[in-house]
Amino acid sequence: MSVTYLEAIREAQFEALRSDPNVFVYGQDIGQFGGAFKATKGLAREFPGRVLDAPISEDAMVGMAVGAAVEGARPIVEMQFADFSSVGFNQIVNQAATLYWRTNTPCPITIRLPSGGTAGSGPFHSQSMESIYAHYPGLVILTPATVEDAYWMLLDSVKLDDPVIFCEHKFLYYHLKAESFGEHSLPIGKARVARPGRHATVVTYSAMVHEALRAADELQMEGYQIEVVDLRSVKPMDTDTILGSVARTGRLLVVGESFPWGGVSAEVISRVSTEAFHMLDAPPMRLNSKDTPIPYHPNLWKAHRPTVGSICDALRRLLRF
Amino acid sequence: MTPAVPITCTKADLTPDFRDQYLATYRQMQSSRVLEEKLGSLYRAGGRIVGGVYLGRGQEAFSASVAMQLRRGQDVYAPLIRDQAGRMAFGEPITDALRTYMGAATGPMRGRDGNIHRGRPQEGEMAMISHLGAMVSVVAGALFAKRLRGTIADAVGATSIGDGATSTGSFHEAINMAAVEKLPIIISVANNQFAYSTSNDRQFACEDLIYRARGYGVAGWKVDGTDLAACLKVARSAVAAARAGGGPQLIVGTMLRLGGHGEHDDAAYIPDEVKFSKVGQDCLLVAEKFMIAEGWATKAEIDAWLKEARATVDQAVSLVSKEPIPDPYRESWQALSSSELVESWQL
Repeated sequence: MSVTYLEAIREAQFEALRSDPNVFVYGQDIGQFGGAFKATKGLAREFPGRVLDAPISEDAMVGMAVGAAVEGARPIVEMQFADFSSVGFNQIVNQAATLYWRTNTPCPITIRLPSGGTAGSGPFHSQSMESIYAHYPGLVILTPATVEDAYWMLLDSVKLDDPVIFCEHKFLYYHLKAESFGEHSLPIGKARVARPGRHATVVTYSAMVHEALRAADELQMEGYQIEVVDLRSVKPMDTDTILGSVARTGRLLVVGESFPWGGVSAEVISRVSTEAFHMLDAPPMRLNSKDTPIPYHPNLWKAHRPTVGSICDALRRLLRF
Repeated sequence: MTPAVPITCTKADLTPDFRDQYLATYRQMQSSRVLEEKLGSLYRAGGRIVGGVYLGRGQEAFSASVAMQLRRGQDVYAPLIRDQAGRMAFGEPITDALRTYMGAATGPMRGRDGNIHRGRPQEGEMAMISHLGAMVSVVAGALFAKRLRGTIADAVGATSIGDGATSTGSFHEAINMAAVEKLPIIISVANNQFAYSTSNDRQFACEDLIYRARGYGVAGWKVDGTDLAACLKVARSAVAAARAGGGPQLIVGTMLRLGGHGEHDDAAYIPDEVKFSKVGQDCLLVAEKFMIAEGWATKAEIDAWLKEARATVDQAVSLVSKEPIPDPYRESWQALSSSELVESWQL
């Protein structure tokens, strides 16, 4: 008996709908069809009138969720692909993210973003948007890497009185399995040391956690113990856990699947350089995708994003410094 | 298509109940004009008003007519830039306007946002963002939630927009979505001929914006926005239709913005032939003539109301002028309601 990351997303929504009548789910093709990835499979039947197909109108979907939240509902909005949230960008960053600060009105909405690349998906079905949204005040940005986090963090998101951008990784949907959803362990905002080590720290999140863990396995055969920190939440960012890890290892590599310019990895490096410069034995490094749109063909796609191989290469350079 | 004919009032519409609402609406319009004249003076004088001033001169009849039909506490209202009269009709206190314009710490926006970007969402008055068209879906969402939670009864939502904002994708998405959900929303389009400086002929190519109602599958009402009697008749009918389950109602009113986009703008781009045409007449003067002709009010009564409105506004200005401005030291600088998730790292 095992459960997948996608089942965690589906079951968390089931539980949210079951336990709170103010929760509803709104998104394209999520009703009877159960969603493009089947993350809402069967929910429309179990919760009539609360799991609804939306027109292809990302702007109106988010605006509608904000209005509903003001009125006491706790909407979950599914973007069919993270990439399409750009059409709802204005409502996310200017409406939802400013509401509490401007008007003292909580805005409990969860926007689910099926994120990241899978081979063959191309430039408009592969994007990672966490850095874009993290730039704006007033949003919480979550990037679960495990089945347990996908389940518990989604439930936490719906209970939170602030807008949450929930970046769930499409690559993990079917491949990542666990025995169960486990226990609710860490609160939102806390990072997790996914693997302890002492020679170098890899700070990463979402699907790249698994690539980093494989790279750590490989480096172990070369005699290095690599610590892997899973951010879980990119905003707020658990700076203390990052600094603690760097204090142990003295070396830092940040890995992210998103585009290289600015972003989460630059933010981690900035914080470590400012707060822990004296702890560093080597210049901090980062590894992101290439600075081009995301390619379609698997050969190009694999070379575009960080992989076990490129993470290993980066770590070897970091360790040799 | 046949030209869209605006709905007008006949003698039969002028019931005692209608007269009472007409007079009450006129007084809101008059108070709004007085407050806005004061805001304009304060802006020109410099000092407490730090940002721009955006007035609804010429749109009072259209704006107030819809808001007069709403019930604060049950209905939802998302006013836009030129809805001072509507805001007053919905029960927004004058002090909310002054405190927001003057950035007083005591106001609903506490110096965090200014001028027309104000509201009390938890009382059903949404606080507009500047991005046009964006409030339509928010009102739709509030109505959706009322329906979901079983609290809707016969509540409605109303929002305003201008001719320019009908060009946004946000407007299109939201009115279409509201139509799909058959929500009781009233969308008032004030076609005041100019979006900032851009005239209708550079904004849209359809013959009349009212024709869009059919395309969206919603009810459409066209009205002369300078004629309070016609505006009230249409607003009463449209709001009643929404309350009765008739779905979204699109009202298009025509008038001229009697001033610039803001007080910084002299609107020299508005041609005289438009200014001095029927569309350019002042709805307050039209209403005064009408009330006197119908024997509903005398010139002396109207003047007395004006005096009263001025005294009320002067009193409020004097009160708010003495109120504290925001103190950056006491500001929480917290964009999330969940305090435990606010990063202390950079502070």
